[in-house]
Amino acid sequence: MTERESGWGLLGAAGARPLVAILWLVGLAFLAHLGWLLYSGGLGTVTLAGYLWEGTILGMSYGLAGVGLAMTYSILSFANFAHGDLVTSGAISGWIAAFLVAGLGDLSIRSLVHLGGPYTLNTNTLGLSVTNAPLAIVAGLVVAAAFTAVLAVAIDRIVFRPMRDQSGIALLIASVGVALALRYLLVFGLQAGPRGLTAGQVTPSVAIPIGVGSISVGAHELTLVVVAALLMLATHLVLRYTKLGTAMRAMADNEDLARVTGIPTERVVLTTWLLGGALTGAAGFLVALERGTLSMTLGWDLLLLIFAAVILGGIGSVYGAMVGGVIIGISSRLSLVWLPESLVVVAAFLVMITVLLVRPSGIMGGVRTA
Amino acid sequence: MSDQDRRGPVGSRVDAVADGVRSFVSTSDARLLLVFALTLYGLFTVVSVLLGYNFNGIVDTLRRITFLSAIYAILVLALNVQWGYAGLFNIGVAGFMAVGVYTMAILSSPTTNTFPGLGLPLPIGIVGGVLAATVLGLLAALPALRLRGDYLAIVTLAMAEIVRRVFRSPVFQEFSIGSVQLGTGGSRGMNLPENPVRALFYQNPGEAGSPPNALGSALFDAASAAGIEPSVVEGWVYALMLVVAVGLVYWLLRRVGNSPFGRVLKAVREDEVVARALGKDTRLFKVKAFAVGCALMGLGGILWRLSGGYVSTTMFQPIYTFYVFVALIIGGAGSNTGSILGGAAFASLLFEGPNFVRRIVTGYVDVGAAPNSLYDAIAALGGLDLTPLVAYSLSDVNVSALRLVLLGVVLIYLIQNRPEGLLGHRKEVASPIDLTDRGGEEGDG
Amino acid sequence: MSGADAPAGGQETETTDGDDPLLTVRGLTKQFGGIVAVDGATFDVEAGTLTGLIGPNGAGKSTTFDLITGVQRPDAGAVVFDGDDVTTHRADRLARAGLVRTFQIARELSEMTVLENVMLAPRDQRGETLWRSVLPGARGAVIEQETALREEAWETLEFLELDHLATEYAGNLSGGQRKLLELARVLMTDPTMVLLDEPLAGVNPTLETKLLDRIHELRDRGLTFLLVEHDMDVIMNHCDPVIVLHQGAVLTQGSPSDVREDERVLEAYLGGEVDG
Repeated sequence: MTERESGWGLLGAAGARPLVAILWLVGLAFLAHLGWLLYSGGLGTVTLAGYLWEGTILGMSYGLAGVGLAMTYSILSFANFAHGDLVTSGAISGWIAAFLVAGLGDLSIRSLVHLGGPYTLNTNTLGLSVTNAPLAIVAGLVVAAAFTAVLAVAIDRIVFRPMRDQSGIALLIASVGVALALRYLLVFGLQAGPRGLTAGQVTPSVAIPIGVGSISVGAHELTLVVVAALLMLATHLVLRYTKLGTAMRAMADNEDLARVTGIPTERVVLTTWLLGGALTGAAGFLVALERGTLSMTLGWDLLLLIFAAVILGGIGSVYGAMVGGVIIGISSRLSLVWLPESLVVVAAFLVMITVLLVRPSGIMGGVRTA
Repeated sequence: MSDQDRRGPVGSRVDAVADGVRSFVSTSDARLLLVFALTLYGLFTVVSVLLGYNFNGIVDTLRRITFLSAIYAILVLALNVQWGYAGLFNIGVAGFMAVGVYTMAILSSPTTNTFPGLGLPLPIGIVGGVLAATVLGLLAALPALRLRGDYLAIVTLAMAEIVRRVFRSPVFQEFSIGSVQLGTGGSRGMNLPENPVRALFYQNPGEAGSPPNALGSALFDAASAAGIEPSVVEGWVYALMLVVAVGLVYWLLRRVGNSPFGRVLKAVREDEVVARALGKDTRLFKVKAFAVGCALMGLGGILWRLSGGYVSTTMFQPIYTFYVFVALIIGGAGSNTGSILGGAAFASLLFEGPNFVRRIVTGYVDVGAAPNSLYDAIAALGGLDLTPLVAYSLSDVNVSALRLVLLGVVLIYLIQNRPEGLLGHRKEVASPIDLTDRGGEEGDG
Repeated sequence: MSGADAPAGGQETETTDGDDPLLTVRGLTKQFGGIVAVDGATFDVEAGTLTGLIGPNGAGKSTTFDLITGVQRPDAGAVVFDGDDVTTHRADRLARAGLVRTFQIARELSEMTVLENVMLAPRDQRGETLWRSVLPGARGAVIEQETALREEAWETLEFLELDHLATEYAGNLSGGQRKLLELARVLMTDPTMVLLDEPLAGVNPTLETKLLDRIHELRDRGLTFLLVEHDMDVIMNHCDPVIVLHQGAVLTQGSPSDVREDERVLEAYLGGEVDG
C-alpha cells in the first residue's frame, strides 16, 4: 500500500516539479554568468581550463569510488558507511606493495611496510613515479584492488551476512562500526600521520597551451583519469555482457524476482563485493598516487562526497555514480569562480541535500532503497 | 541436587547478593541509577588507589567521570527523543552542538577577546545558543519529514559537516556586522565566556589570579583540610550542576514521553500509517520531537564546552556523534533511564576506561620499552616474545586507537545481537497516569 | 465534522426519505499504468446502515477503499462525506472528520500494550500538544482527560471482550484478537463512519459471530459501516444494502435478496475466478 507523500506545500510531490524547474534556471544562470565572465575577461581561459581539468580528475576519483558504493547500495539495499575506509585500505595496501617492489633490497622492509611512518623514508631515494618505476605502480594497483576485494568479502561474511534480514538502518549502523574498527586498526598498525609517496622530481608533466598560458597535466593525474576510465569501461562490459553481470543488474532491480528466477543471490552478492571492492581499492590507490600523499582518513574524508556523487547520479545506478562523480568534481572546481575554497565542499553538500529532497532518484533514476 | 547446592557455599552467597541487588534495583529507576553510579564510583576509586593517586587525585578522577557521564547523559537523552521515540535517524548531533556553542560564544564572549563576541550576559548567550540549535533543527526537520532512514542519515551528517566547515572557514574567522566586530576564530577556535562557577567563588572571576570571595575562601579552606585543591572543588561544583541539569532534562523528557504526545511518537516510530489512519498529523509530531532533541543537543554542547573556556571545530567532528549513538544503543533506544545509563557507561567505561586500564597495566607489569612499530612487535612474536606487542599496544596513541576499534566492535556486536541494549526492551507505557488503575469504579460489562 | 447539509455538486439523492447519504462516491476512477483499477464507480452509503461491498477478485474493491480513505488519490471523480468534498483529503484528515478504516492485515502497534493502542486513538487529546503535557498547570487538564479516556478505553475493551488482555503487548495477541483490537481502536476515535477492510479474514467462527454481533450493536447505536468482505454468506446475511463491483464499476446495488437474484452478479462471479 502506498501512502501519498506527506509534504509541506512547496516540496510536496506535486510541487516538486516547479522547484526542479527553478533549480534548472539557477544552474543556467550560473553558466550564463560564467560565460559572461569569460567574455569580459573576469575569468581567464587558462583558469577555467585548469578548473575543468582538476574537476575531471576529482570527478573520476569520486566516480570510480562511487561505483562500488552504488553496487552495494543497489544489491544489498543499505548505505555502507565503511566504504570510505575501504578506499583507504586500498590505498594503503597498494602503496605498501608499490614501496616493497620499488625499494626492496635498498631500504629496510619495516620502513617500507610502514610507508615511512615512524621511520624516515626518503621518497626521493625511492624515486617512485609512474614513469620511473612503472612496475611498482602497476603492482600497487593490482594489490590494492585484490586486497580490498578480499577485505570487502571478509567484512561481509563477518558483519553483514549474519544480518542479511535486518533493516537498512541496522546495516548502516553496523557499517559505521566497521568503519571505526577498520580505520583505527590501520592507525594502530601504521600510525596516523600523512605520508609522502611519490618523488616530485621524477614525475613528468606536460604543459598544454591554452590561450595565452598553459595548464600543467601531470603524469599521475593522467594515469588516474585514464585508468579510472578504463576500469569504468571494464565494469560496463562486465555488467552488460557477462551472465554474472546481468544477474547483478537483475538483483539490483528486484531481489525477490531474482531469487524466484533461480539466480543464485549469494553468489551475486559475493561478486558484488569482489568487483565493488576491487574498484574501490583501485580508486584509493589512484587517488593517493595523484595526490602524492596518503593519510589514514583519506577515504573517510571523501565519503560524503562519494555519497553526493552516487546520490546525484541516482542511488543504485552504477552509471549514475560515474556521471554524478564527474559532475560533482567539475562543479566543485567551477564553483571556485564564486566561492572561497573553504566553502566549495559546503556547496557540494547543499547540492546533494537538494537532490535528495527534490529528486531522490537522481539523474539516472536509480533504484530506490527501503 | 538443587542449583543452589551445586553452586557451593560461595557461589550461592554470590547468587543471593545478586538476587538481592536485582530486586532492590528493579523497584525503581532512581534506585537503578543510584546503584549504577555507586558501582562506577567504587570501581574508579579502586582503580585510582591502585594507581597510587592521593586523595585529591581520587576525588578529581571521580569528578571527571561524573562530568563526562552527565554530559553524555544529556546528549543521549536528546538523541533518544529523536531516534528512540520518534524513529528519526539523526547522525548530525555534533552539528547541533556546534551551533549551540558557537552562537553562545558569539553572543556572550567578551568584546575584548581576539575573536570577540557581543559581550551579552551568559544566560542570554545560553538561551540564544539553544534557540539557534532549535532553529537549525526545524530546518533539518524538513528533510526529516520527507526522507527515510538512511537518506536522512546522510543529510544530517552532511548538515553537521556544513556547520563545522562554515565555522572553520577563514571567511567567517573575523567579520563585522555594521560597526560590530565578530568572529568564529576559524580553524584557530575562539575563547568562550568565563566559567560561571568562578563567579560563585571569586571576587574578580574574569581575572586568572583573582583572590576568592568569602564563600570561596570558606569552601577552599575546608577542602584543603581534606587535601583537595581549589580547581577540583570548582570542577566538582560544575559537575554537580550538570547532574542537576541531567535531572531536569530527565524529568522534562519523562513528562514528554509519558503523555499522549509521547504515545503518538511511539506509534509514529513503529507504524506511521496507523497513526495517520487514527487522525494524527504525524508531520507536526515529528517536527516537534526533532526540535526538542536539537535544542537539548545545543544545550549539551554548551554545558560541555563552557567549562573549558575554549571552542574549536575539531570538537565537533562526526566521531562525537557516533559516540552519542553508541551510548544510546548501549543504554537502549526508547528508554530515558537507559539513555542515562548508556551515557554514563559509555563515558566512564568505554571512553575513559581504556586509559585507566593502560595505566594500571603499565604500572604493575613491566613490559619494557615499546617498539617503534607494529612490524617490530610482530617480528618479536617469531621468537615467542609477546611483551613487545603488549608494550606497543599499551602506548598512549595506540590505546586511543584500540579504544576506537573496541567501539566499532561493540557497535557491531550490539546491533547484531542485542539492538535493544540494556533497557530498551522495557517498553515504558506512554501515559501520565497508570492505565491499569481504573480507580474506584466498579467494573462491569 | 461540520458541513453544509446540501449535497455538493449536482448529485441526486437516491433514498426516498430525503436525507442525504452519509458517503457519496461519484465517478471514481483510478489507473495504474495501463490497468484501469476503478472505472467510474458511483454509489452512496446511507447513514446508519451496514452496507456491504462485494465483487469478484480484481473488481477494484481494495482500490476503491484506498481512494475513499485517502490512501490513494483518484484520477477522476469525487468523494463526499457528510456534506464535504473529501476527494483529495489524506487519511489523517479524513479520520479527524469522522471517517475511519480498519486494515485487512491488522496493524497492531506491537511494542505498545493493548491499552496504549486504544488510548492512542481518541481525537482531540489535549495532551498531544507538547507544551500541555509538560507545563505543571496544563498537565493537570491533560491528566483529567486521560482519566476519562481510560474509563472509556476499558469499557470499549470490555465491549469487545479484550479487557483480560489490556496490559498485554499487542504483538502477543492472536490474529483474531488483533482484529478486535483494530475495531476497538477505531471505535475510540468516536467515528461517524467505519470502513471495514475484510475484518473477518483469518478469524475463527466463534470470534466471527462475536465480531458481527458487536458490529450490529454498534450499527444499532447509530454508527455507519461499509464492509468489504470476500465471504459472500457474511455479506448476504448481515449487510443491507449490498453494492456489487465488477471491473472497477458498480454493477448493481440493492438488498441482499435483490442482488442474489440478479443474473448479472452470477455471471460476473462465474466469468471470473471460482468464488472462494
